[in-house]
Amino acid sequence: MEPILLRAKGQKDSRSITTYLANGGYTALKKALAMPAEQVIKDVKDSGLRGRGGAGFPTGVKWGFVPKDNPNPKYLICNADESEPGTFKDREIIHVDPHLLIEGMIISSYAIGANVAYIYIRGEFWREAQMLQQAIDEAYRKKYLGPNILKSGFDLDIYIHRGAGAYICGEETALIESLEGKRGQPRLKPPFPAVVGVFGCPTVVNNVETLACVPPIIDRGAAWFAGIGTERSTGTKLFSVSGHVNTPGVYEIPLGTTFREIIYELCGGIPGGRQLKAFIPGGSSAPVLPASKVDTPADFESVAEAGSMLGSGGLIVMDDTVDMVWALENLLVFYSHESCGQCTPCREGSDWALDVVRRIRRGYGRPEDLETLQRIARYASQGMTICPLGDAFCEPIRSFLNHFGHEFEALIAEGKPLPPKKQPVLPVRSGHGTFGV
Amino acid sequence: MSQPTTEPRAVARPEEVEAVTFDDAMEREIEAILARYPTKQAALLPLLWLCQDRWGWLSPGIVTAIGQRLELSPAFVEGVITFYTMYHREPRGRYLLQVCTTLSCQLCGVSPLVEHLRSKLGIDFGETTDDGRFTLLDVQCLGACGEGPVIQINNDYYTDLTVEALDEILERLS
Repeated sequence: MEPILLRAKGQKDSRSITTYLANGGYTALKKALAMPAEQVIKDVKDSGLRGRGGAGFPTGVKWGFVPKDNPNPKYLICNADESEPGTFKDREIIHVDPHLLIEGMIISSYAIGANVAYIYIRGEFWREAQMLQQAIDEAYRKKYLGPNILKSGFDLDIYIHRGAGAYICGEETALIESLEGKRGQPRLKPPFPAVVGVFGCPTVVNNVETLACVPPIIDRGAAWFAGIGTERSTGTKLFSVSGHVNTPGVYEIPLGTTFREIIYELCGGIPGGRQLKAFIPGGSSAPVLPASKVDTPADFESVAEAGSMLGSGGLIVMDDTVDMVWALENLLVFYSHESCGQCTPCREGSDWALDVVRRIRRGYGRPEDLETLQRIARYASQGMTICPLGDAFCEPIRSFLNHFGHEFEALIAEGKPLPPKKQPVLPVRSGHGTFGV
Repeated sequence: MSQPTTEPRAVARPEEVEAVTFDDAMEREIEAILARYPTKQAALLPLLWLCQDRWGWLSPGIVTAIGQRLELSPAFVEGVITFYTMYHREPRGRYLLQVCTTLSCQLCGVSPLVEHLRSKLGIDFGETTDDGRFTLLDVQCLGACGEGPVIQINNDYYTDLTVEALDEILERLS
């Protein structure tokens, strides 16, 4: 299949506007500016494009929520806060073809009527912010940005806003708070950002990959895009593959490719001829799946049916040497660190769950511990918290216990510390209580 | 993949940043930042970055100056700073060794690198070498999982690391 988002990968100076124009760049913009904004939204709706940040919400529908009669300015925000463990696809787009994102942002801003757009990029991506700024500067020089773009009467400025190290700012309302100069704590919804977003104005927040899909859709038509992938998961998707595979990296494939093909064909299988034990299909917040599910097609519906979610397409592969109690502990370290602290069930639950899993690993597990973990997972997810970070740490707990509960049980039954060096132990700057016995 | 060349960070001594003023060059940058947003408050994160790039950390004196410039209380500014892991409230080393310790990098073997850094530098996470050269920090997922293990040194990512490669890199950082 021909790559769409990574078409420029491997080309010389792929990030420059010269290369982008030679590849047919900014023709979609010309086409879009000649269309009514309504038609651009309709094309994106018809293409079936679904948000690539994790939730999979239809992009055109999200744009349609922006009220037409609201007198306030409207804003587009590109979410480049890529922080979900196992996900590194947006970074790849920026490294390969930043103009694809910029053109997508211009067309999308035109569609929703925004004259200012921000790119919220995670603070660690300093180099990527520079790459984007260079692309933005080039676009200004060619009059694709600024006042009266291509004499259409449409004005747009794009600004880069750097985050400063907070996973939660990838959640759209936390991102908005952070952009406004505050602690990045999520807001209650409704009102949704489309109605009351940044600076109290209608705002659309879209992921980098989502926006990068827009120029090809406008350029080649909604029907063409809808013809790729499956009926309800259209287009190609970038999969970030990491962990125990021979050739990790970002792969662009049609939705619906099976995980077996991704792991064993695209990524050259598992190093050392070892066996697959488990994989996390959509970034660390997605439930873990056992090796038996490897023939699941990677599309939104099939992955949900298999008991997980496609999420951001961050595929973490684990071979048969991995201690699953250790892996869950690692993920809980992440979530207890990243919980914003606003909602009690998430703030306390993530720390508590980490304490419980820690003590199990150290051989001090109690018979009732698995029930305790299940109870934490029940009370910190599914609407008990303002944002989905609660679910993000509870789903791993549930799925690890569901598929690999015997490893936890064995440790508890054994009732003594693990032999040293079985798995690396990193002390965590925690202060998160004690793992009392 | 070729590794970048990393410049040392500026790190002001505490007495240099007891009270600060913004010079003309900084003031021009602040004006440019303010022009991007409809509110003054939205300039807070960029302004914190600007000051940290200049002085290396955010002293109480810097916090006060930022608060005055943006009409925010120092307490509010502190509240924002403490929410984000990348702002530093005390002086750090000229090189921040930020080691990703999340799952994918762990699967790729980041632990031997950590052990090596600890014994070689004689510091643990959160500590700075006596000569002010290195600060060792454990960080959560850096978003480069396909190239693990990853260490971010100041602004640069160093990827696919081994103990040998890391030694060569440290050699170059003075």
